[in-house]
Amino acid sequence: MSEMNTSKKNSNVVAPLINGLLKENPTFVLMLGMCPTLAVTTSAINGMGMGLTTAAVLTMSNIIISLLRNIIPDKVRIPAFIVIIASFVTIVGQFLQAYLPALNDSLGMFIPLIVVNCIILGRAEAFASKNNPIASAFDGLGMGLGFTIALTIIGTIREMIGAHKVFGISFADIATIVHAPASVSEWLSAQSPIAIFVMAPGAFFVLACLTAMQNCIKNRKLAKGEKTKIQSGCGQDCLECSDTGCAHRFYDQDGKDCAIGKKEENND
Amino acid sequence: MISDSIKELLIIAIGSALVSNVVLSQFYGLCPFLGVSKQLKTASGMGAAVIFVITLASFVSSLVYRFLLQRFHIEYLKTIVFILVIAALVQFVELVLKKKIPVLYKSLGVFLPLITTNCAVLGTALTNVQEEYGVLFSTVNGFATACGFALSICILAGIREKMQYNNIPKAFQGIPIVLVTAGLMAIAFCGFSGLL
Repeated sequence: MSEMNTSKKNSNVVAPLINGLLKENPTFVLMLGMCPTLAVTTSAINGMGMGLTTAAVLTMSNIIISLLRNIIPDKVRIPAFIVIIASFVTIVGQFLQAYLPALNDSLGMFIPLIVVNCIILGRAEAFASKNNPIASAFDGLGMGLGFTIALTIIGTIREMIGAHKVFGISFADIATIVHAPASVSEWLSAQSPIAIFVMAPGAFFVLACLTAMQNCIKNRKLAKGEKTKIQSGCGQDCLECSDTGCAHRFYDQDGKDCAIGKKEENND
Repeated sequence: MISDSIKELLIIAIGSALVSNVVLSQFYGLCPFLGVSKQLKTASGMGAAVIFVITLASFVSSLVYRFLLQRFHIEYLKTIVFILVIAALVQFVELVLKKKIPVLYKSLGVFLPLITTNCAVLGTALTNVQEEYGVLFSTVNGFATACGFALSICILAGIREKMQYNNIPKAFQGIPIVLVTAGLMAIAFCGFSGLL
């Protein structure tokens, strides 16, 4: 009996975790939080650091918001969420400044800007304000780790093409480490990397290719007749929300979910 | 003395409008940049609204920072305070415009809510603090940054309007081709780095 209970509990807890990692990956599927995704992925380490920082903030804010979900009045919930999120961002920022100053310097302005990251408020609104703290914590963890993996992948691609390095170790050094013939490492160190990929334009190109791949998958599924609707935090479909962006999620004029989307429905 | 500070202001203005363009090299405010750039008309409206809000937000946030946060030595609260100040400011501006200047509200009003948590606004306010600009310098920097945003979103919208008639590979239709365009624009803007 108790075993059954724990296994059931486990599946309840694991489901949001897997959901965030794969099915609704915030970067590759939901296309949320694009600003930090492009800006800090100049190297794999930076991407990973940014992802983990965001994951920490997301998990903690999800827990607190979920605990307070019955206390916060509905009309002022967005400002309340923002204050909670901003507090955690400040705490994490201070922590990084004290213990990981190198990472803090390389992420720079994008640590305070976690406050306006669509993922965090989106999850607060879509999940934490409706579910219990444990499930919310795992949802935050899943989404945060999904974001981390995505940023690490983009960072690795950019670093490999733009600087011929993986996690800060150059290709030539890797060849030496794995005892490849000297000619190989010599050849590798003679190649010059395409530096533009670690600069601003490269971010756009890498993301363009990734979204094109996503489009490809979507088109193929559509051809098969499968539905590919992805429900976002606001209840609208993320893939068709290109005109408005995720900015609506923050601004709740009438105290309704996703004010503009709902209004359009009502007008029809 | 005065000419010196004007020179400095001009350098800051050109620097933040063109050299380190807010979207194309800093990556602030990508959501509206990709989302509201389908037509030149809406893009220019968005640009104007952003200029208005960022200039005002830079001014108010630097006032708050200098005379409130610095005075009581609570600089570490800047993220929380700025986001609340900006959100309140945008709401307030919307109400005032609606009541007093309905013409301006008609053209900018739709875009104002979109800007509230645009990271360009918070980013600019925080940059001003980081660079230790005074109130005047902050306002000018905010104005120039926003002009850079307006310029790049208008250029992108112009290109996208022309691009409608092009034959784009199916997978690249929609957001991907916009990102490629933005990447090419970013390369072009790299050229400005020789200016200063």
